[in-house]
Amino acid sequence: MSAVEPGNVPTSGSTATGGVLELQDVHKLFGDNHVLKGIDLRIAKHEVVVVIGASGSGKSTLMRTINLIERVDDGRILLSGDDITEPRINVDRVRSRIGVVFQHFNLFPHMKVIDNVTLAARKVHKMPAAEARAKGVDLLTRFGLGDKVDEYPDRLSGGQQQRVAIVRAILTDPELLLLDEITSALDPMLVGEVLDLVRSLKEQGSTILMATHEMSFARSVADRVVFMHQGRILEQGSPEQLFGAPREDATKEFLARVTYR
Amino acid sequence: MTTDGAPTLTWQPSTLELERRAVRKRASGRSVMVALASTVVFAAVAGTLVLTSPGWESVQRTFFNPEIAIDSLPRILEGLWLNIRVLFFAAIGVAILGTLLAVLRSLRGPVFFPLRALAAGYTDLFRGLPVLIVLYLVGFGIPALNPTERYPAAVLGTIGIMLCYSAYVAEVLRAGMEAVHPSQRVAARSLGLSHGATLRMIVIPQGLRKVVPALMNDFVSMQKDVGLISVLGAVDAIRAAQIVQAQTYNFTPYVVAGLLFVALSFPMIRLTDHISARMASREQIGGTV
Repeated sequence: MSAVEPGNVPTSGSTATGGVLELQDVHKLFGDNHVLKGIDLRIAKHEVVVVIGASGSGKSTLMRTINLIERVDDGRILLSGDDITEPRINVDRVRSRIGVVFQHFNLFPHMKVIDNVTLAARKVHKMPAAEARAKGVDLLTRFGLGDKVDEYPDRLSGGQQQRVAIVRAILTDPELLLLDEITSALDPMLVGEVLDLVRSLKEQGSTILMATHEMSFARSVADRVVFMHQGRILEQGSPEQLFGAPREDATKEFLARVTYR
Repeated sequence: MTTDGAPTLTWQPSTLELERRAVRKRASGRSVMVALASTVVFAAVAGTLVLTSPGWESVQRTFFNPEIAIDSLPRILEGLWLNIRVLFFAAIGVAILGTLLAVLRSLRGPVFFPLRALAAGYTDLFRGLPVLIVLYLVGFGIPALNPTERYPAAVLGTIGIMLCYSAYVAEVLRAGMEAVHPSQRVAARSLGLSHGATLRMIVIPQGLRKVVPALMNDFVSMQKDVGLISVLGAVDAIRAAQIVQAQTYNFTPYVVAGLLFVALSFPMIRLTDHISARMASREQIGGTV
């Protein structure tokens, strides 16, 4: 088995120094269950990295450690050069620098769409309410949700809700966007509108780490694809390389299972 | 770096991680020390204020007299045994009556309107009435219906407590049953289960689980309210204390009875906390938020 160094992978951006996110030998254990067994990963500015892998391979745990929802048991995570695994770090401040979108949207049902998307800007970033609202309306309109500004989330379709959740995550211009299987809970008909939004975020230069089961999307949007297997990054590379000529047997088997169902 | 998938058989924390753990340990040690220090300071200040107050000596004599406490303890304990028996029967009665009321209130369909209205009226009435008034009405009203017969005060008191608390418990249970997602009912009914079977096997078990902390809270509350039956003349812990107090003009027996009630409720309070914490940790998907 060949060791894959993130820096050696011939993809755009990944060799740039001073990346937005850098994971160094990250471990996570739940009791005796060793979920992350030494993850090294580096994401450059404007890079879109897609994580694929079977359920239980550690994708979600990886996302959660970056957002400090789970505490790492070893290793280091750097966000734009700051060690966010340092015990004395202000976790709320770190989280305010990262945008997260969840599988089940997790919108606040008692708040209107506009209040959902501007909450962090108003309460955490202390942006004036009028300014936050203007920015929220602008983003919602740009993503085709202009007529939903004053609706409540339960009046929206799943795809619309997830787009609102993405707007909520990007409104404060986070340095990094974490998308954790954001289309898995959606009707197949609605997946497209959410993925189109992600594509336009990429065009605007967002730095994105995304876990997904949408292989064709990973192929068309990712700058780099990372395959996780049993708590390790088994293989990574450009979409052409990873989908076209996977090196590892486990990668081949996984791709065969997910692409020819 | 291990990116090649070879199994790491023994993982040892790195020096970096060990340092982080040491920092966390020091930080938590510091917060323990701060908590300890502030507790000691508070206790010292409160203690000094009480002990240096001008009336402390006489308060100590009338409320914290060790001799009277020891003398009165057997009689109060005997009274407390009555409280425990009343509590036992009241709890059983409340469980049955409360469940019945909750089920009656949850019945659907116009045919059941009278039953539903009856249950609703009952819970409204008994949640509004002060326990003491219910005890007076039951304790002195029922015997008055048949003046030649004598009913033990403890039995009447048990009935009064039961009437009040079943109304509360019914409402808690109903809230729990309504919190079970309608899709569970749909799933059960589409398997062909009747309304009653759905209630019994699907809705009540799940609803009960949701309201266990609230129910146990009601139980703790009931545990001390059984002391109110003393107003009917039943010689329970409070009544026993009152008798000693009348003989000695000393209030220490009340303090003894109060401490015994606290001791009685203590295991239940801890158990409630434990169960609530366990349920919270089970519902949380994990993580440190």
